[in-house]
Amino acid sequence: MRVAILVFPGSNCDRDMMVAVETITGRRPALVWHKDSQMDPVDLIILPGGFSFGDYLRCGALAARAPVVEAMLDHASRGGAVLGVCNGFQILLETGLLPGTLIRNERLKFVCRSVNLQLQHDHGSPLLSTLDPGHSLTIPIAHNEGNYFAQKDDLEMLRQNGQIAFKYIASPAFGPDNPNGATDNIAGILSANGRVLGMMPHPERAIGNGHPSSDGKLLLRAILQGVA
Amino acid sequence: MLENAEMRFADAEAMGLSHDEWLLILKRLDRTPNLCELGIFSAMWSEHCSYKSSKKWLKTLPTEGPQVIQGPGENAGVVDIGDGLAIVFKIESHNHPSYIEPYQGAATGVGGILRDVFTMGARPIALLNALRFGEEDHKKTKHFVSGVTAGIGGYGNCIGIPTVGGEVNFHKSYNGNILVNAMAVGLAHADRIFYSAANGAGNPVIYVGAKTGRDGIHGATMASTEFSDETESKRPTVQVGDPFTGKLLMEACLELMAADAVLSIQDMGAAGLTSSSVEMASKGGLGMEIDLDLVPVRETQMSAYEIMLSESQERMLMVIDPEQAETARAIFDKWDLDFMPIGRVTNTQRLVLLKDGGVACDIPLAPLVDDAPEYDRPYRPNELQPVLTSASLICDFPVKDALIKLMSSADLASRRWIYEQYDSDVMADTLAASCGDAALVRVHGTNKALAISTDCTPRYVEADPFEGGAQAVAEAWRNICATGAKPLAITNNLNFGNPEKQNIMAQIVGAINGMGKACKVLDTPVVSGNVSLYNETDSMAIQPCPVIGMVGLINEWQTAVGIGFTSVGGAIFIIGQPADCADGWLGNSVFAKVVAGREGGAPPPVDLDAEKTHGQFVREQIAFGQIKAAHDISDGGLLVALSEMALSGNLGADINIPESDTLLAWAFGEDQARYLVQVEDAVKFQALLDEHNLEGHQIGITKVSQILTVGPDVTISLEEIRQCYESKLPQMMA
Repeated sequence: MRVAILVFPGSNCDRDMMVAVETITGRRPALVWHKDSQMDPVDLIILPGGFSFGDYLRCGALAARAPVVEAMLDHASRGGAVLGVCNGFQILLETGLLPGTLIRNERLKFVCRSVNLQLQHDHGSPLLSTLDPGHSLTIPIAHNEGNYFAQKDDLEMLRQNGQIAFKYIASPAFGPDNPNGATDNIAGILSANGRVLGMMPHPERAIGNGHPSSDGKLLLRAILQGVA
Repeated sequence: MLENAEMRFADAEAMGLSHDEWLLILKRLDRTPNLCELGIFSAMWSEHCSYKSSKKWLKTLPTEGPQVIQGPGENAGVVDIGDGLAIVFKIESHNHPSYIEPYQGAATGVGGILRDVFTMGARPIALLNALRFGEEDHKKTKHFVSGVTAGIGGYGNCIGIPTVGGEVNFHKSYNGNILVNAMAVGLAHADRIFYSAANGAGNPVIYVGAKTGRDGIHGATMASTEFSDETESKRPTVQVGDPFTGKLLMEACLELMAADAVLSIQDMGAAGLTSSSVEMASKGGLGMEIDLDLVPVRETQMSAYEIMLSESQERMLMVIDPEQAETARAIFDKWDLDFMPIGRVTNTQRLVLLKDGGVACDIPLAPLVDDAPEYDRPYRPNELQPVLTSASLICDFPVKDALIKLMSSADLASRRWIYEQYDSDVMADTLAASCGDAALVRVHGTNKALAISTDCTPRYVEADPFEGGAQAVAEAWRNICATGAKPLAITNNLNFGNPEKQNIMAQIVGAINGMGKACKVLDTPVVSGNVSLYNETDSMAIQPCPVIGMVGLINEWQTAVGIGFTSVGGAIFIIGQPADCADGWLGNSVFAKVVAGREGGAPPPVDLDAEKTHGQFVREQIAFGQIKAAHDISDGGLLVALSEMALSGNLGADINIPESDTLLAWAFGEDQARYLVQVEDAVKFQALLDEHNLEGHQIGITKVSQILTVGPDVTISLEEIRQCYESKLPQMMA
């Protein structure tokens, strides 16, 4: 199992993701610097959360043009697996690997809280195939631009192909169930081939061992098993 | 103003210097200073940089202990946590900038305190804050709350350090002068702490980070004067933060320190290049020569005065090992940051600044630091306020209505609207944030955790500065002990009005004395701090607010407890209160203010010995597994603490009440040194209390139904409490 985590200036969940993956696999993933235009072959590339390039211009817009992203796109075009979390999801949208965009949260404020997600997929993606559809997961979010939006055609395509991976569902925590106003409560989506997954919630912050939930570990383990 | 024009007293006065101070400068220089030199003197001798009004009293605080590696005087304090690790922490105010421009003021407050911590070689792992705003219906309060919250989140979230706790309150005395204090805690190797004292004459002085602009010029001086209606015209003196550059600078500095290239380092905070160069050179007993033409600037034609007094953010000054210069440059190239040799360390004990082929400043360092004025300001305390009896404050308010009113008051309502805007989970080591007595943050890769809390009760300090100063420490102590952690040390942020007024100076003296006594008894030395005076607008002083930031250590984080009830049928005990108690201290309580509509009165007295004994007992019983949940009783008293435990654990409780004519005082009094705990075994716990000779007894039991039953007649659903508790701030901010 070879995993690479891309590090952009302003990434701030790279270490957390590294620790989470190492906890699960027993092997430390490689951290790959944004200026590297080449990378060794891996089974999974992870784009971590943070504020790449300060979120200047548009979240993820500058990172999507970094040299290392060329290498990531090559990997994806060969059917390689990619996971983007939070800012990583934003970057994936900016590269065009996934459709749609993430706009400012409906309430115009950053929001950090635990949310409940329901696994939607009926896609057969290898990344999620070991989890039961309908399974619910408790995982925290922390973002200012997590309000998923897509054109009608894209949304229709996502629905028809079963590319919607997670939706926000009712949560016992005080506050709205949909934390950011995302269209159709969408929290994460898959690419058409099911090998690229983008999601707003942070699974690396829910790996038990002091975290209130270990559902992120469950999810990451499923993804890692799926790409092995 | 011309750079080389000869300065007069009027110029010095405009920069906040007194006539005596002006004469002292003339005497020390034996000539008239130029603009740049005068600017440097005024910044270094400002209250903000020199602590001239408070120094005499700060010296009386205990600062030593076996756990202390570095006390006050450096960028931040350093405390040993064993196994070769140390924590580095400090709190600092950004009150005036935040009043003028709430978002940037708060954001740069966070950025500044983070630089203070990573300058010492520590990776920041937690941020906290202490905020005071005006009364809830004041026309500007919403603007301040939303701007400050967004600014704190804007910086902390982006740089990727979790904001894990803090405290917020509202009072009319802050209508014209809000308080924004930010605290940062970092983790370092105990033998790899970096200091600011320059060393090695001839070594290169390097400027790193963002470029210098015209923002924040003379901010330190602004922070040392009272506000007036015209203050908003001072917006150009507020710095602008860039957390992205801050993140790069932090990573580059930590990488450089790991590479062993740094000899000394100092962030450019208040008074920018002035205080960093002066402090580095003077602490090293050396001198410094800087060519200002080499300083990276982002605006044209900046004068020497502007470059030296700019408070542009995200900048550091370092002395590096000349043999490591190329390594150092490569690291900063990697992070795309400016890395510019701008001068060298000298042995002249003078600060020499070159500009445009000439000398812009040539002054001896000693007067800047050693001759900084130190005042023994006269003080005269206000008369102590009377002790108010319970009978004088009790109305015929039903217990239930009083509880609902308190839980939905701005003083006590949930702070969720605020803390959900802070990323509290990044770094993935946060075990508890913003929902308990103290935040808990794991020491990465170990079983240890830090418990961290910020506390102050300004209304107590105003009524009785000594008791109030002691109470702030005692409450922080309780908050740390209630998690199971051992308190180690404190940082303090002394927010007061104009020290030239005798009653204000008396508040400062009293609070420091009370704080010092508490720190001695509780063995929590002061390792760092900040003083913010002149918190007045149009001569109206704030309620004095000496904030305590306390850090404690727990060796096995798995043994820590939270405030929420954990299981059904658990016995609820009160510690620190005799079984026959049927009254309580209502004077100056939240109940008195919110329900009875009466502020003031003597605050509850602090018994430090009781605090110590009770805190140690709670800590021990948590470690032994006897205590499953713990909460200190503070603002709002017993029933408010009980409600918070029930809401947090989502479990109801049945509570016994005494036969009493003063039941409201029993329910909402704010007597100190008390805890509510849920215990494992009621019989055993009572025996333990008796064995330790402590007051305490069972007052109730947890239950599965979502209802609080208080005595035979009062029942309140948790849902009702939760609704009013959670909806207050969203309504206020809507």
